[in-house]
Amino acid sequence: MLESYLRNRLDEKDILLMTHIVLGYPSLADSLRIVEAMVEAGVDLMELQIPFSEPTADGPVIVRANQRALGAGTTVEDCLKLAETVAHTYAIPFLIMSYYNILFRYGVRRFVTAMAHDGLRGAIIPDLPPEEGGEYLDAMQAHNLAPILIFSPTTALARMRYIATFGRGFIYCVARKGVTGAHTDFSEDLAAYLRRCREATSLPLALGFGIKAKADIDFLKGKVDIAVLGSQTIRIMEAEGIGAVGDFIRRLR
Amino acid sequence: MMIERRYYGEFGGAYIPEILVSTFEQLAAAFREAKNDPHFWTEYVNLLSTYSCRPTPVTWAENLTRHWGGPRIYIKREDLNHTGAHKLNNVMGQGLLVKRMGKSRVIAETGAGQHGVATATMAAKFGFSCTIYMGEVDVARQRPNVFWMERLGARVIPVRDGTRILKDAINEAFRDWATRMDDTHYVLGTACGAHPFPEMVSYFQSIIGQEARRQIVDRAGRLPTRVYACVGGGSNALGIFSGFWDDPVELVGVEAGGRGLATGRHASRLASQDGTPGVAQGYKTYFLQDSEGQMKETHSVAAGLDYVGVSPILAALRQEGRVRFEAATDQEVLEAFSLTLAKEGLIPALESSHAFAQAFKEASDLGKDDIILINQSGRGDKDIFTIADAFSDPEWNKFIQRKAEENHA
Repeated sequence: MLESYLRNRLDEKDILLMTHIVLGYPSLADSLRIVEAMVEAGVDLMELQIPFSEPTADGPVIVRANQRALGAGTTVEDCLKLAETVAHTYAIPFLIMSYYNILFRYGVRRFVTAMAHDGLRGAIIPDLPPEEGGEYLDAMQAHNLAPILIFSPTTALARMRYIATFGRGFIYCVARKGVTGAHTDFSEDLAAYLRRCREATSLPLALGFGIKAKADIDFLKGKVDIAVLGSQTIRIMEAEGIGAVGDFIRRLR
Repeated sequence: MMIERRYYGEFGGAYIPEILVSTFEQLAAAFREAKNDPHFWTEYVNLLSTYSCRPTPVTWAENLTRHWGGPRIYIKREDLNHTGAHKLNNVMGQGLLVKRMGKSRVIAETGAGQHGVATATMAAKFGFSCTIYMGEVDVARQRPNVFWMERLGARVIPVRDGTRILKDAINEAFRDWATRMDDTHYVLGTACGAHPFPEMVSYFQSIIGQEARRQIVDRAGRLPTRVYACVGGGSNALGIFSGFWDDPVELVGVEAGGRGLATGRHASRLASQDGTPGVAQGYKTYFLQDSEGQMKETHSVAAGLDYVGVSPILAALRQEGRVRFEAATDQEVLEAFSLTLAKEGLIPALESSHAFAQAFKEASDLGKDDIILINQSGRGDKDIFTIADAFSDPEWNKFIQRKAEENHA
């Protein structure tokens, strides 16, 4: 059902925007305001990151946001409550992004049930390859939620095909080696990689890691279905305040 | 194409981001080939017996034996390795694998700096470029090791995120690896992390147990009653224990009791009630974490034991009841350290002193016919700044102040 939402949206727009925020950074109240600003600016879907003390796949901007959110006392319950509020307030789909330990400690099935109850549509768990994710994938399927799986430039075509068999909604393509927030070259190499991703799956493709400007998004049109904005909106919020985030997003399309 | 995983009971696994899957695959394959190549182990032993001091001896601690009046106490002398600890075994073994894989750069995490110095040493010997990640807090308190790493040609990068200690250095090393896996190997320092690291590191460290079993049988004429080893990540413990898996020998792992288990200021994942199963840094094991899965701060007088997780192999062995886990407090450790120094003229690292402390606490349980074997995993004399601090030695403090004034002048 996430996939059909995306396909409908893609009938009207040549590329969709997914934004990312770290819940509880700088505060839970601010998280609510940021979601509101992003929805008003026309984003098509959002990932809500539940902060974790060891965010291995993230770069410095998001790492610090995780730390500050935890330092401010943000709990998993707080995050789920906020996620429920926004999912029931706004019409766009919301996904949870977090690391596997958060689900594992909560109880994987219990966590997935809570996501379904809260009106969330899927989840991205970067440290959970499908081989380790049996319980999670089963629970997601039982609740009709989309487990968003990940392709990377180091993933061979055969493995992409294997991963895609577990994915629902869309596939998250990591643009390059490294962690979130660093520079990405929007080049022919990237285009070739995205053609390989396309060959491996009929699911919509999202591209994340290093998208900063309108030119990046223009480059991606026709190559992927969703552009993901992560660290850059955090940088803008830190430099110019929440008010600037909506303007930044509006100027991207 | 699928991830090779390995579980020990319910622990271990390979919880890795997709970007590193092919790198782990390559490493697992290289390790498997090396293990199946009969020349590889010979090459490894030959390297360590010419570049380091293998086999390290087993010393009969005659004075400590007499002092406690109970079991005969023997000590496996991993402190006599080049760079001063068992860490070198693993590092040289992984160095040989790096050569087989044709990579040119190594990275490593370090807490106190021992593993960083060992890795920088290996990189110098093999001609690899080397970057060491070290928490900012540790960089500040372990300058002598930073000095040596830099002199050995390594770049030391202070990690400013998280709690700025060992676990944060591991996260940062992973981020580097996810960026530069083509020419880079991550030399993980202990038997933790995603497969194949726990198996690979304990394979290299098993040389300790192989030697120790042969030596104790030669010297004492029979097997020990108990073997003691300190447990941080668990590599020296797995190394020595592995010589005795099939023997009727009690194996005792000693964790950092810090200020005491009741205070919560410790690093006992297996000996205390505070450790709970979790998944972080690529593997499933017991972690010191809160109920929501956020990692806690740990404490130990010995930086090398000050870590939130523990080898998944040890977590499984605890569950099977094959290894008993205990904790020694900072205070007990300093007393055991002083006694060993005074009675035997040996200077164990504070990490290793945990094994001594627990052995001493339990010496009276055993009779004169019993034998105990303690793994002295590292030497303490090169940690003079840390140890002098732990004892708040007044003359040492004056010396440091004088030095500072001289440098200032």
